[in-house]
Amino acid sequence: MPIAHEFDYHKPKTLPEAVKLLAEYRGKAKPLAGGTDLIVWLKGGLEKPEAVVDIKALRELGRIVWKKDEALIGALITFSELIDNADVRKKLPVLWEASRTVASVGVRNRATLAGNICSAVPSLDSAPALLVYDAVVHLQGPRGKRQMPLKDFFMGPKKTALAPGELVTGVAVRIPKKKSGGCYAKLGRYAGEDLAQVGLAVLALADNTYRVAHCAVGPVARRAEKIEGLLNGKRLSDILLEEAVRLVDKEISPISDIRSSKEYRLHMTKVMLRRALWAAVNRLAGSGPVAGSSLI
Amino acid sequence: MKNISIQLKLNGVRRTLEVEPSDVLLDVLRDKLGVKSPKVGCDRGDCGSCTVFMNGKTVRSCLVLAVEADGADVVTLEGISKNGPTRLQKEFVKRNSFQCGFCAPGVILSAEEALKKHPRASDEEIKEHIAGNLCRCTGYKPILDAIKTVASGKASK
Ligand code: FES
Ligand code: FES
Repeated sequence: MPIAHEFDYHKPKTLPEAVKLLAEYRGKAKPLAGGTDLIVWLKGGLEKPEAVVDIKALRELGRIVWKKDEALIGALITFSELIDNADVRKKLPVLWEASRTVASVGVRNRATLAGNICSAVPSLDSAPALLVYDAVVHLQGPRGKRQMPLKDFFMGPKKTALAPGELVTGVAVRIPKKKSGGCYAKLGRYAGEDLAQVGLAVLALADNTYRVAHCAVGPVARRAEKIEGLLNGKRLSDILLEEAVRLVDKEISPISDIRSSKEYRLHMTKVMLRRALWAAVNRLAGSGPVAGSSLI
Repeated sequence: MKNISIQLKLNGVRRTLEVEPSDVLLDVLRDKLGVKSPKVGCDRGDCGSCTVFMNGKTVRSCLVLAVEADGADVVTLEGISKNGPTRLQKEFVKRNSFQCGFCAPGVILSAEEALKKHPRASDEEIKEHIAGNLCRCTGYKPILDAIKTVASGKASK
C-alpha cells in the first residue's frame, strides 16, 4: 500500500544539522529511525508530517556509552542490538528480558528503544523495564539540550513531553548500585509476537527495596508507588505479597479493548505480581527462573 | 512530487532508480524492480510475508521507505537461491512444508537468519526467529521440523 500523503525527506549528516532542520519545520517534521511505528502511521494517515528527517546517519546516536553507574543508550540502538549486547544482559537484565518480548526479530532489527518511548503507546514493553531502572530521557531541540526522568516523559496515550522540533538523542539507564534481581513478565494473547495485555517489571534490591512498574493497564506506563511503599524495607513473604496484591486495584486503571477486558487485565495483573515478585526475589538470591523464560 | 535518485545493491546487482519520499521499499521491489518474492500481506509489520535482508538483517520491507535503502545491500529470496535451492529450501520441499506458499519467502529468509546466527539453533531459538511470520496453511509443524533438521545437521546436502 502506498503512502497517500506527500512529504519531504531529509537525511542530515550531523546532529546540529538535524536539530536545525527539525526546528525549521516547527514540529511539522517527524524524526525517522526504525520507522516500525511511523511508517504504519503514515500509511494509515495518522501522521501527516511536512517532512521526515531520517536520523540514521547520525553516528553519535548509534552507540551505547557505559559509565560506572549508567548506560546511555543512543537513539539509534535497536532492540536486536540490546538483546545481542552481553553487557546489557548482565547489567540491565530486566531491559534485556523486556527487549526480547518486543514484536518479532524482523521488527526488532529496525525498531529502536528511543522510538519505542516516543510512540508512547500504553502497551510499550520497554517502559516498565526502563522505569525500574530510573531511566532519564536525553533531549535536544531548538532551545538546546535537556534531560527528563522517563516517568515525566509520558503524558498520555501516544502523548509525550517532547517539545515541537525536539529530538530524543538517547535514554540513560541507571545501573543499580546494590545487588539486584529482576524480571519482565508479559501477558499476550498467545506466545510469540503480540502486544501486551499486561506488562510488569520488578526489580528487587539487596536492601529489601523494590521497584515495580507496569504497562498496558493504564493510560501510561508507570511505577506502582503504593505497592513499592508497602514492600520497601520488608522481606518478601506470602502474607506481605497478598497485601501488595490488594493494592493492585488502587494502582492500575485498565480498559477493555480488542486484546482483553478490563476485568481480565485486573485479575492477571494480580497473578503476575505474585509470580514476578517471587521471580525477582529468587533471582536476587541466585536462583529463580532462567533469564528470558516466560513467567506466565 | 520530488523524485530522489537512489542506488542499491539488489541480489548482488547494482541498481539505480528514482523514487518518491513516500514510496515504500516493498512496493518498489515488486513494481519497479520486478522482484516478486516479497509478498504484500498485512502491510503493517505483523505477518512477515514481505521480509527481505537489508544489510545482512531481516527487515519488514513494508515498513521501510525506499529512500532508506539508498546505499543498502538488499537480498531477497531470489538472491539466496541464485545457485540453486539452499539446504534449507531442499528440506522444506522434501517435507512439504508449505501449501499455498505465500508465507514461504519470509519464513525461509527468517530461518536463514536464525541459522546464520545460531548454526546449531535450539528449538527455542528457531521459534523466536519464526515468530511473527504468519502461516495460515501448515500449522507451522512441518516448517519447524524442516528448520530443526538443518539445525541438527541431519539434512541431506
Ligand atoms: S506485509 Fe510486511 S509484515 Fe506483513
Ligand atoms: S503455506 Fe500458506 S501461508 Fe504458509
